[in-house]
Amino acid sequence: MKIIHCPVNGPRPLQEFYFGGQFRPLPDIAKAGPLSDAQWADYVFNRNGAPGVQKEWWYHTPSGTWFIAERDIVTDTFLRTYLFEEHGEDV
Amino acid sequence: MSERLPYREGEWIDRKQPVAFRFEGKSYEGFAGDSLSSALWGAGTRVLGRSFKYHRPRGVYSLTGYDVNCLVEDGRRTNLRGDNLSIVPDLDVRSVNTIGGLDRDRLKIIDRFGSLMPVGFYYKAFHTPRSLFPAYENQMRKIAGLGKINPQAQPVATPKDYAFCDLLVTGGGPSGLAAAIAGAEAGLDVLLVDEQPHLGGSLLTQHARSRAASERLENLVARANALENLQIRSETQVAGYYADHWVALVDEKRLTKLRTRSSIFATGCIEQPAVFQNNDLPGVMLGTAAQRLIYLYRVSPCQRAVILTANTEGYRLALDFVDAGITVVAVVDLRHDGEPSELDKQVTAAGIEIFRGHTIYEAAAGSRGTKVNGAILCPLDGEGQPDRMGHLRLACDGIMMSVGWAPNADVAYQAGVRFAHSELVEQLIPQHIPKGVYVAGRAAGLFDLEDQIGSGHRAGLQAASQLGFYQGEIPDLPVHHGQPPSHSYPIFSHKGKKNFVDLDEDLHLVDFKNAHQEGYDNIELVKRYTTVGMGPTQGKLSNLNAVRILARLNQATINETGTTVSRPFHHPVSLEKLAGRRFHPHRQTPFEAIHRKHHAEMIHAGTWQRAEYYHHEKSSREDCILQEARQVRHSVGLIDVSTLGKLQISGTDAARFLEHIYTGRFTDQPVGRLRYAVGCDELGVIIEDGVVARTGEENFYVTATSGGVAAFYRDLQRWAMVLHMDVQLINATGHLAAVNVAGPQSRVVLEKLTDLPLADDAFAYLDVHQGRVAGVDAVLMRVGFVGELGFEIHIPVSCAVHVWNALMEAGAAQGIRPFGVEAQRLLRLEKGHLIVGQDTDALTHPYEVGLGWAVKTDKPFFVGSRSLEILRKQPQERTQVGLVLSQDYGVEECHLLLEGSEMIGRITSVAPRTTIGEPIALAFLHPDCAAIGNEVKICGSGRKLISARVVPLPFYDPEGSRQKVDL
Repeated sequence: MKIIHCPVNGPRPLQEFYFGGQFRPLPDIAKAGPLSDAQWADYVFNRNGAPGVQKEWWYHTPSGTWFIAERDIVTDTFLRTYLFEEHGEDV
Repeated sequence: MSERLPYREGEWIDRKQPVAFRFEGKSYEGFAGDSLSSALWGAGTRVLGRSFKYHRPRGVYSLTGYDVNCLVEDGRRTNLRGDNLSIVPDLDVRSVNTIGGLDRDRLKIIDRFGSLMPVGFYYKAFHTPRSLFPAYENQMRKIAGLGKINPQAQPVATPKDYAFCDLLVTGGGPSGLAAAIAGAEAGLDVLLVDEQPHLGGSLLTQHARSRAASERLENLVARANALENLQIRSETQVAGYYADHWVALVDEKRLTKLRTRSSIFATGCIEQPAVFQNNDLPGVMLGTAAQRLIYLYRVSPCQRAVILTANTEGYRLALDFVDAGITVVAVVDLRHDGEPSELDKQVTAAGIEIFRGHTIYEAAAGSRGTKVNGAILCPLDGEGQPDRMGHLRLACDGIMMSVGWAPNADVAYQAGVRFAHSELVEQLIPQHIPKGVYVAGRAAGLFDLEDQIGSGHRAGLQAASQLGFYQGEIPDLPVHHGQPPSHSYPIFSHKGKKNFVDLDEDLHLVDFKNAHQEGYDNIELVKRYTTVGMGPTQGKLSNLNAVRILARLNQATINETGTTVSRPFHHPVSLEKLAGRRFHPHRQTPFEAIHRKHHAEMIHAGTWQRAEYYHHEKSSREDCILQEARQVRHSVGLIDVSTLGKLQISGTDAARFLEHIYTGRFTDQPVGRLRYAVGCDELGVIIEDGVVARTGEENFYVTATSGGVAAFYRDLQRWAMVLHMDVQLINATGHLAAVNVAGPQSRVVLEKLTDLPLADDAFAYLDVHQGRVAGVDAVLMRVGFVGELGFEIHIPVSCAVHVWNALMEAGAAQGIRPFGVEAQRLLRLEKGHLIVGQDTDALTHPYEVGLGWAVKTDKPFFVGSRSLEILRKQPQERTQVGLVLSQDYGVEECHLLLEGSEMIGRITSVAPRTTIGEPIALAFLHPDCAAIGNEVKICGSGRKLISARVVPLPFYDPEGSRQKVDL
């Protein structure tokens, strides 16, 4: 069973976690202007499955902690985990 | 009593403890420490089993359990491997897969037709007519099969164990012992696991002749035993390797789930057979099997041996036989130049003839075909194939093979190690090794004892260094010197087609040539087509030769051909060891005991146990449900709704936050009022509905669906973060209980228990008030889910039973009675209220189910708003309607609505018997057919068409007067 490092609780077994999907910031309408229907559909339906490092939402269920993980989806290795607040810029 | 060689130090058998056992109904005797195979071989038995497909006789081959020639069952357990099965008093076993017993096996006739049965024979011959295949299959499984399962066997609960260590060392031979000692001396917690009953590995067999090696072993074992942080588990297999060094260990009694921080594979090599005619006859065996018989069990492998070899180990083996007083007729060396070491002279000096550049072309069988009585030799031509012109025959009763090795690597593969072929040793050796994993000893291509110990020591230091326990020098990895210990192609054609490559599956050389001719030129395809390596041993003795054959057919190298990757388990693991406890936890509300006292029928609803309905005298289920519903319509009922999700949401942004989450408006919601709320996901699909109560300027109390609240709460936590909102979220589902007292008499009942004014002007429909009920602090909400006057009362779990009892007492005059989930579902259906997840599916948006009014599009944003904006513009494909059915049977949820053969809708909820007298249903229907009064057809049970009429919703009390105003 995999071990995931929760930024708050440290290394815990995979069983305690819930996968929250790819980390995708909401489209910023204020900056980029309104989205066309097609652009919105792209945001809602399409995911990037290309091999490489992916940012993901993970949730540590017993403590109710959401955090972001950077995971290499080819080797299934967690490279880094951190809380949303520490995410900085591209939120 | 069996014949044994004289006593020798280090033997595994205890001659003071004879053990009687039964095999195939006959009595035998061996010694404590014997395996079934060694005891039988010692007793002179040569046929230990029959092969899977051709029912050929089979004997001792590897004596490690890495073949399945001796496979037995005892009535309870099946497919036990004789090589690993310790004999104990009362052991009574039979060979699997025979008809009429091992010696007479009536199925052995199949062997004579073997040449007519190529790979895929059964499937090619019996695939038409298709209808008869099940009958054929039944027969095939009887003929070609293994042990039988006893369906009467009693389940056995086996313990599960958890363990932790810094370093797991697999393999207790010289390199494994050295690795474990180095790791433990550096301070690691080390677990050393070995599948044999005694430590030592090759020191017990291949190095057994050397006095120095025996001393080496004693020294290593003594050092290992002296280290307190080094634990040793024998007779345990490392069965599987999973993510982050999570390992399954299996022994006789239990499965252990081990978490280690690093791992060393010192698993050694598995000796590989040569492929020649009749290479499976009893009496033909691997050199290491002969050494195991001689040194561990003190059993003579045979009386007159011929040794087929291509390496130094074969010459040592000849001397092992000489020491044991067994005649060696000849050493047949595949190498034209023979053995370069001193051992060549020692073998010659012992009077043994050496045939260089020769092979065994065929093992000759005795008259009954059950054992070897000769070896037919041929010189090798320039191609490395036998030249039949020069053949000669040697009389013998045993042929020992020592032609090469393959790393015992299947678990290392699972740990991420990748192997590549090295011409230096003509063997696969590790090429890519992941972090925290190390390979030492023979599995890394090292055959010299000092090199093996050195590589183990090095791996132990590497593991310690990686974990921060060692900062010193890491010695260099030793390198193999001299000739490769493995022959590159010990495979010889023969027209007789009994030159086996895979003994599990009875595959011979021509099967591979045929597969290749049919176009299977990739190892993964060859594996699946021929089934090589798919038998019980997973190709431990066959994969390497299969790759060699395919490489030669493809005129490619081993590395170009590739190897197959192995999966758990190393050896088969019985299901009883894997089976977990039957553990289905569920949540109970505080009213569980009360429900049972009222004879409730309990059902699982998500994670909860709920009262479905209450048994009433001898009434049927349907009658009970209808009676409970009528009680609510006419007087008063009480239901446990503690399973409702209950969220407390507060903070300066609380109202704004709710407006982002739900489709509705909340900033303008007055304190003390309730609003129905619908929650969507980003696709605009309904995922939640509930009631939002504003209990203060910055305080909301929200109910959510029983099944959805855990996921919904999780979503809210994320949204609060992403939207940067100042809100505090508490999931109060578990610490608050709730009841709904509903019916025209509910106010009369509740008034007796509270000081709160309940009159319509003081406590209006959709009001929320905080007050005391039966002396307990409560939140009271006037809701109308079931369509009658009613109050939902939320109270702490600790006081819940007290409040329930008080309500029941207060309502005695009105005949109050509890009602269950089913009655509630019926009542809400009559009101046309949907249940998210039942009347909605994974595509349902609010406009399809008449909830457009709850979507406030004048807000800047809510989850799903942009999607709903798009959906609203699109033509609707379905709409929710109410149906009155023409009959009160034959319609169930998910039945389809048809127009001709076209599907135009689907039933989502149905109630054949209702308090309003007519059978009703909720359905999705195409908008073109959804006009009020329209007649539609339902494809009901038994495909009978049942008509129904579209009616306006709700079915009951369309004005809502019963829930809203005082009657």
